[in-house]
Amino acid sequence: MSPFQKFQEWHQNRHQYAQEWKARTGGKVLGYFCTYVPEEILYAADVLPVRILGSHEPEDVTEPHIFAMFCPFCRDCLAQGLKGRFDYLDGIMISQSCLHIRQAFWSWQLHIPTSFSYYLPMPHHVQSPRAQDYLRGELAQFKGAVEGWTGRTLTDADLDRGMEIMNTNRRLMKQVYELRKAPNPPLVGADAMEMVLSSQMTDKREHNQELAALLEKLPQQKRDGDPPVRLMIIGSEDDDVAFIKMAESLGAVFVSDDHCTGTRYFWNEALPQEDRLMAIAQRYLDRTPCPTKDWPERRRFQQILRLAKEYGVQGALLIQQKFCDPHESDIPQLARLLKENGIPSYFLEFDMTVPLGPFRTRVEAFLETLREEDLF
Amino acid sequence: MAETTDVMRWQTKPLECWRLAKEIREQYYRNYAQAREKGGLRWVGGAWSFGAIPCGLGDDVYGLTSEPYGATIAFNKDLALECQEAAEKYGFARDLCSYMRNYWGSVLLNKYAWGGPFPKPDFVWQDHICCSHAKWYQVVSELEGGIPYFCIDVAVGPYHERTDSRVEYMVGQMHDGIQWLEKITGRRYDDEKLIEAVKNEIRCTSLWAEICTLNKAVPAPLDEKSMYSLYVHLVLNRYTPEVVSFYQTLRDEVKDRVANQIAACPTERCRLMTDTQPPWAFLKIFRYMESYGAVSIGSLYTYGLMGIYDDQPDGSWGAKVTPMERGVAIKTRDQALRAYAEWTLAKPLWQHFYNPALKSRMMARLAREWQVNGVLLHYNRGCEGLSIGIAENRLALLKEGFPVMPFEGNMGDEREFDDTRVMSRIDTFMETLGLRKLY
Repeated sequence: MSPFQKFQEWHQNRHQYAQEWKARTGGKVLGYFCTYVPEEILYAADVLPVRILGSHEPEDVTEPHIFAMFCPFCRDCLAQGLKGRFDYLDGIMISQSCLHIRQAFWSWQLHIPTSFSYYLPMPHHVQSPRAQDYLRGELAQFKGAVEGWTGRTLTDADLDRGMEIMNTNRRLMKQVYELRKAPNPPLVGADAMEMVLSSQMTDKREHNQELAALLEKLPQQKRDGDPPVRLMIIGSEDDDVAFIKMAESLGAVFVSDDHCTGTRYFWNEALPQEDRLMAIAQRYLDRTPCPTKDWPERRRFQQILRLAKEYGVQGALLIQQKFCDPHESDIPQLARLLKENGIPSYFLEFDMTVPLGPFRTRVEAFLETLREEDLF
Repeated sequence: MAETTDVMRWQTKPLECWRLAKEIREQYYRNYAQAREKGGLRWVGGAWSFGAIPCGLGDDVYGLTSEPYGATIAFNKDLALECQEAAEKYGFARDLCSYMRNYWGSVLLNKYAWGGPFPKPDFVWQDHICCSHAKWYQVVSELEGGIPYFCIDVAVGPYHERTDSRVEYMVGQMHDGIQWLEKITGRRYDDEKLIEAVKNEIRCTSLWAEICTLNKAVPAPLDEKSMYSLYVHLVLNRYTPEVVSFYQTLRDEVKDRVANQIAACPTERCRLMTDTQPPWAFLKIFRYMESYGAVSIGSLYTYGLMGIYDDQPDGSWGAKVTPMERGVAIKTRDQALRAYAEWTLAKPLWQHFYNPALKSRMMARLAREWQVNGVLLHYNRGCEGLSIGIAENRLALLKEGFPVMPFEGNMGDEREFDDTRVMSRIDTFMETLGLRKLY
């Protein structure tokens, strides 16, 4: 039995999990649309935050609501709501990020009413010294809204608990990632992706227990055979486990990533300080940014380079959801930077459904160039 | 609308201030190009950037705003294609903002739309509400060899939900920006010049709202295609006294046209409105619709890109009373920046970034008060910022009872505009409105 089986089950049965959690605890479940949502405050209120992700089925219900030039991911997310797959949600929220995903939130708000709906105007200028006070103020307002919704006052002790749950989850997943530095890592990219995805869909207290158990077992896991080609995957939202498995079936292993379903989600912690809301604000301002918030300096690029070096990356796949403007604005410069640093990269554009056959050929060709194989 | 064959013809005549509008525009682009020859400075930034702020550096500081520049290129199909291909060759996706690609291509080719090489800016002064804004100039700064870059985040939520903290965030960034301007230029900042420029901008954007409100009249004194040439100063140099004076002249002329029933379209019998930027290389669609007697009286885009509105005592929509008219003191740097932030946050075209329902309400109001018979929605592949929520706007307008014709295109990339198909759709839409071609 794979030590990642529980994570896989959670990922595959996310709706069943949330419904059972709700029945078991009597608590509220909130669907969120972007990883800038301060889950600490939701955990403080004993609300279960679950990320709304797509299902990788062809688009068939969103055309009247979102113009087709917007990314397939935002349309796929909305489709889940329109098809009634998240009927158990008590509330939804978004923390201001890209324009695309906002539309999924709005159309959901308009057509699938819930008892709680919140738009948190997360700053974009996260590098500005003015962003701290501003975001702290917004978090205070959000905390008040959650208090009104749940009917309970959130104390510092509640916020401490929320931060501790989140920080533990981040710390443990980072420890698992650390093991990917090994020459023949005890986990593959698909395992890592399902671990992170399931953390966005389950009660992190349970997830943390499973992570602790995993860390007991994982260092003893050995993989036989030649060390595979070490890849990094970089880009916009990506929960396409099938693609990762396909690429890893070709003699490669993903050892790191820059995704909001990966390191961008959990890499840094909320550092304790007297003002709890300021601690939470600082955490979201300091996290590895989404490209839409990565300006004027390109801080994400520096983090990508650090990870690539620390994890011994031989090549990078740059993937992007079709029409994702923030990533499209970054990719040419990022590819140049990686090249300057001796890391070859290859670009792939993702849609709701990924054509595994053609992509297999392209990834194979990239791996051949990395291995410097003779073709004949 | 009932089909009409015997069409009443309104009196019409060209706008007297048309030539002046063209001259001011040409002078703007010349000033930017020639700034260095006069020892001045050049800045670049978006049409929504707080252009009044660099005015405090002196009278010899000239800006070049990117969206109108991208539209200027779009109007020249050959240059636009050259620019787009240069951006694509560099590695940028062809579905990115088409103004941005035109602009980047112009820099990469080192070709200025008004002739000669692209005049290198001294610094970037930008604002950010659309995902492309900050990224646009991050790339420009790099392509220009690392020129200094400052950007103000204005995405603080809709006007009706503004709080002191949200306004403070914007004002704080403005203060930081002024310190940054002093540092990178080595110049001493003049608050008096800032105050005057802020007041000019507020006057201009209020005057434009007044002009657009006059277009409620039947027949409409202005048509939207002409308005594109008139509103442009608001996205170029609205903070100058010349532009205030221009809009006062235009306002007076439009008032006169209303009083004398002088129409933009002599055969006006159907009033339309559009949405988002037009496909600049295909403005002929407006004249084509006029062949049916249908005039586009404007749009939330044309009216609200820069015009600032408010509820009037009679419940209608009209120009917002300026802080100067309300007696708000604007005597210090902080007062000027605060008034500037508060005023700008009311911009109609900033509201839909937080909820399409806010835009739908304004569009329906515009359609009612301006007596619109039908709506053309440009599903603009070239601008994600103004196209977000457009599908929900369509549903809302239909629910309000307005006939709606969506058409897909691109404001700046003609490769994404199907000329024949759009014309054919217009024919069908006109027929559904009960109109027949007059000529």
